[in-house]
Amino acid sequence: MHRTGELFGQFQTLEQQKETATLGMWVFLVTEILFFGGLFLTYSINRHAYATAFGIGGNMLDLNLGFGNTVVLIASSFTMAMSVWSAQTSHKKLVPIFLILTLVLGSVFLGIKVVEYKQKFDHHLIPGHSFDITYCSKNPSACNLSGKDLDDEKKEIKEGIEAEADEAKKQGAANPEDVGAAALNAHAQLYFSLYFGMTGLHALHMIIGAGLLLWLIFEARKGRFDANYNTPVDNIGLYWHFVDIVWIFLFPLLYLINRHLA
Amino acid sequence: MSTTQLHVPESEKMPREHYLNATYGIRSWLLTTDHKRIAILYLISVTFFFFVGGLFASLIRIHLLTPGGYLVTPETYNKLFTMHGVAMIFFFLIPSIPAVLGNFVIPIMIGAKDLAFPKINLLSWYIYLVGGAFVLYSFATGGLDTGWTFYTPLSSIYSNSAVTPAVIGIFINGFSSILTGLNFIVTVHTMRAPGMTWMRLPLFVWAHYATSIIFVLGTPVIAITLLLAGLERMFHLGFFNPAYGGDPILFQHLFWFYSHPAVYIMILPAMGVISEIIPTFARKPIFGYDFIAASSIGIAVIGFIVWAHHMFLTGQSTYSAVAFSFLTFLVAVPSAVKVFNWTSTLYKGSIAFDTPMLYGLGFIGLFTIGGLTGLFLACLGLDIHLHDTYFVVAHFHYIMVGGAIMGYLGGIHFWWPKITGRLYPEYLARIAAIVLFVGFNLTFFPQFVLGYLGMPRRYHDYPPEFQVLNVMSTAGASILALGYLLPMVYLTWSMRYGKVAGKNPWPATGLEWTTDSPPLTENFNETPVVDWETYDFEHRPELGLSGTVPRKPIPAHGDD
Amino acid sequence: MQSQMPLSPEQASNFAPQVDNLVYFLLVVCLFFATVICAAVIYFIVKYRRKTPDEIGVPIHGDLRLEIAWIALPFPLLLAMFGWGAAVYVDYRHTPADTLDIYVIGKQWMWKLQQPDGRKEINELHVPVGRNVRLIMGSEDVIHDFSVPSFRVKMDVVPGHYNTMWFRPTKVGKYHFFCSQYCGTDHAVMGGWVTVMEPDEYAKWLAGSSGSGDPVAVGQKLLSDLACNTCHLPDGKGRGPSYNGVYGSQVKLADGSTVLADDNYIRESILQPNAKIVAGYAPVMPSFQGLVTEEQIVDLTAYIKSLKDQPPPTKPGTAAPATGNK
Repeated sequence: MHRTGELFGQFQTLEQQKETATLGMWVFLVTEILFFGGLFLTYSINRHAYATAFGIGGNMLDLNLGFGNTVVLIASSFTMAMSVWSAQTSHKKLVPIFLILTLVLGSVFLGIKVVEYKQKFDHHLIPGHSFDITYCSKNPSACNLSGKDLDDEKKEIKEGIEAEADEAKKQGAANPEDVGAAALNAHAQLYFSLYFGMTGLHALHMIIGAGLLLWLIFEARKGRFDANYNTPVDNIGLYWHFVDIVWIFLFPLLYLINRHLA
Repeated sequence: MSTTQLHVPESEKMPREHYLNATYGIRSWLLTTDHKRIAILYLISVTFFFFVGGLFASLIRIHLLTPGGYLVTPETYNKLFTMHGVAMIFFFLIPSIPAVLGNFVIPIMIGAKDLAFPKINLLSWYIYLVGGAFVLYSFATGGLDTGWTFYTPLSSIYSNSAVTPAVIGIFINGFSSILTGLNFIVTVHTMRAPGMTWMRLPLFVWAHYATSIIFVLGTPVIAITLLLAGLERMFHLGFFNPAYGGDPILFQHLFWFYSHPAVYIMILPAMGVISEIIPTFARKPIFGYDFIAASSIGIAVIGFIVWAHHMFLTGQSTYSAVAFSFLTFLVAVPSAVKVFNWTSTLYKGSIAFDTPMLYGLGFIGLFTIGGLTGLFLACLGLDIHLHDTYFVVAHFHYIMVGGAIMGYLGGIHFWWPKITGRLYPEYLARIAAIVLFVGFNLTFFPQFVLGYLGMPRRYHDYPPEFQVLNVMSTAGASILALGYLLPMVYLTWSMRYGKVAGKNPWPATGLEWTTDSPPLTENFNETPVVDWETYDFEHRPELGLSGTVPRKPIPAHGDD
Repeated sequence: MQSQMPLSPEQASNFAPQVDNLVYFLLVVCLFFATVICAAVIYFIVKYRRKTPDEIGVPIHGDLRLEIAWIALPFPLLLAMFGWGAAVYVDYRHTPADTLDIYVIGKQWMWKLQQPDGRKEINELHVPVGRNVRLIMGSEDVIHDFSVPSFRVKMDVVPGHYNTMWFRPTKVGKYHFFCSQYCGTDHAVMGGWVTVMEPDEYAKWLAGSSGSGDPVAVGQKLLSDLACNTCHLPDGKGRGPSYNGVYGSQVKLADGSTVLADDNYIRESILQPNAKIVAGYAPVMPSFQGLVTEEQIVDLTAYIKSLKDQPPPTKPGTAAPATGNK
């Protein structure tokens, strides 16, 4: 096992080693773009096909929590960049401090995600047998829904069912009303499948990032990173920024399109 | 005919120390980071899957001897062709040349001690094994009967076979490809020895660079597609199921976005092998180096925008079909450029008919036929009639077997002396190559006719009028099988009893041929400095050939 | 007339000659290039074979003019192949206005076809010669494909939306059709026959019934035409029970009860097969409501009744696997 910062066997110079590691990370991130890209494409196509149901689904997401998460993640990218700067300017003691801040912010993000997911579970919005887009409008107290919000949601669901029923009638369905309600539920379930798929995959990448940060903090506390050698900080920073950028696309796609503000 | 005299050393001694005997024990192999040992590990695993796929193919051809199809039940037959496809495509063809020959040869070819990320290289192999284990589990517990294309909703809802573990296995295996591609790209950028400029890279390296672009960009898409299909199957979600508002055609788009470039993953490395073999056995530089290098990149790029030619009859818009047909004709151009350039390389060469050259010449012929029949399928009016018939089966087997596998075997024979330090029995090897060529044509040419007559593919039973051609095809298959078995036998024999090869028996001009056979673990005692152009025989007096001149030291033009 | 060793199917539609002519063009072009390459390779390897063991070849690195030539010169041929093929395809995808419309439903593993007047067929398609025919196709389950090699046409049949295809039969006769998109177990036997008739014969066929005749013989033929006997094997080992010895016997049902197999039972089994399931079999029989006339039910019953003295299978058959999820 070799220590970080030393020349590995297959390299000629430290310069070559650093260049290799960095290029490797960039190529890896390109594969990640394609990986998420397939999901984003599926989402976009389905969004276009089922705009009504997807609009209703999107409005059931908690905008405050989503916005909060966005702010937290952007802040964590800032602290990460500060950590890289600290290493590049040999402020050795600052490096682990900024990394710890990044980790904390990342954990806050994940914590908020847990809260959001639990909320979805309580509101019967997890895809599967018990998925029911009308649960909250039918059990307002269980969802803390009241007053104008409740009326708005009921209206939106009713209009959604009608829109789906119209679509079904055009396709020649026998009893459009029943078909409409079932179709709205099915298409909303599609929305939430994609919601959990996309945010779940993103969260998985965050967890892996958190693991990488932990290792980096451990190494940084030994004072290993300075202007001469900071490749791991650089590259893990790249990875962290990438995960942040994915969220910056996710947030508007899932939370903001067709959003009615309260 | 030609007098082939190999440049073998006087003494029958292997080099004292080399990568095979540097360390001993199973741990030294299973935990190796030496690219050469990893290549051997891959060689063993891909050969295993080749046998698995080959066994299924044999059963298919025997079953198709009679219209009634009495050998196996319909369910079993459907599993046979599915598992044949999955095993061959994902676990043999895609890894074969890159992970065996590419891994072994590329670092030495560019003057490096190893790949950029040796540990990731080993990880790739283990990921491949895990993926393979899942797929073998699927084969063993109920089999797989969806076709290797996994079209929904058949695969996500209606099939009763072990789809989920298979899909997981292929998903995992994708990461093996992605990491190999990443490794190759970074290696070629940063690990070249002094003097090894981009335009001095062997075309084998260019071919793998292009292939790696596809690995890296395409494989994640199939990963996510299979993930979605698997989730749909496990949790009754509705991405591709029309009953829940999904679209089965969306699956096809996502699937083919990877799987079309995947066929270029399978053929580009083989083209790279041919680009090494032809100059070596014609003893002159390849004709049109720039164009062959550029065409590899061209094929990789254009290959990404033709996928929907697999979907001309799904009911998609006529405009999109016309566009994809045009682009598909376009991708034929760089392939044709290569064939013309290889042929021109033979002009005024000094041609020997060693086994690798036989495979190389066979490749040119069979790939030409396979590629030209691709034009038939790209042609919209013809595709209406030929889609999903045996014409398609014949076309892709000409490319994948007549092309890719011949390239693989040619490469194995070409670099065998370097890998093992020994020569295989030349006479027997030439016979095997010819047997393979004959058997292959007899197996697959009748299938073009079957296809035009209308016999659909994936049929366990067929009307009696198709029997004669099916029997011909099966007869050919038995000869083809012999052509595959012979090398297994004599190559294995040669590892112990073959004549000692020496550094450069052919001789060839690449950097890899300046090292011992087998090479040291670290490949070179000291980093080489390259001051000759690729495939340059004229200025390499050290090769011991006639008509050579000493070279003026060429400035390394830009060590980029 | 087909030769002993045909290289192409009969030409029986308007598209057939178009497709065949296109393939001849491509064959000529591709054979030309393949021959040129093979001839060049063989010529070079013979003429330039190695004469002394250590000789090298003449170092020629390339020729830009040659590269440009062999890209530019074949290019118009590529365009021609593309263009001609696209023209045929565009024609194929643009259905003319005056078509005879036939609805086609594919399902695992049979085809249901409906003529314009509502008359239904299974695995058979009758069409008049010389008339533009449009098939409007859907699937009940997975993706299938309706393909008629002698017409040189095919089109996928996709669940969730309708696909259409058209052709004009040009020759009277019977032509195979196949399912051409892998769809599961019996994909290979999910085919049938297209019968092209003279227009007046077609009209007569459309109007008439199967004609009078011995009900038992008519019923036996119907059983074959409607593919009943692919499931109802005489030994009881198929997906459905054997007919031997059934009529007039007490049939044991899956729920433990028994029922007398009289005319009403037979009729119900044809029209509402899931009403009573025979013990040891799965509820996989499709309904034939709308696919058989009352007269045909009488004929079928007559045939089944004629088998009442046949020895029934000794063991109950095995239940067919249901199509469900893993």
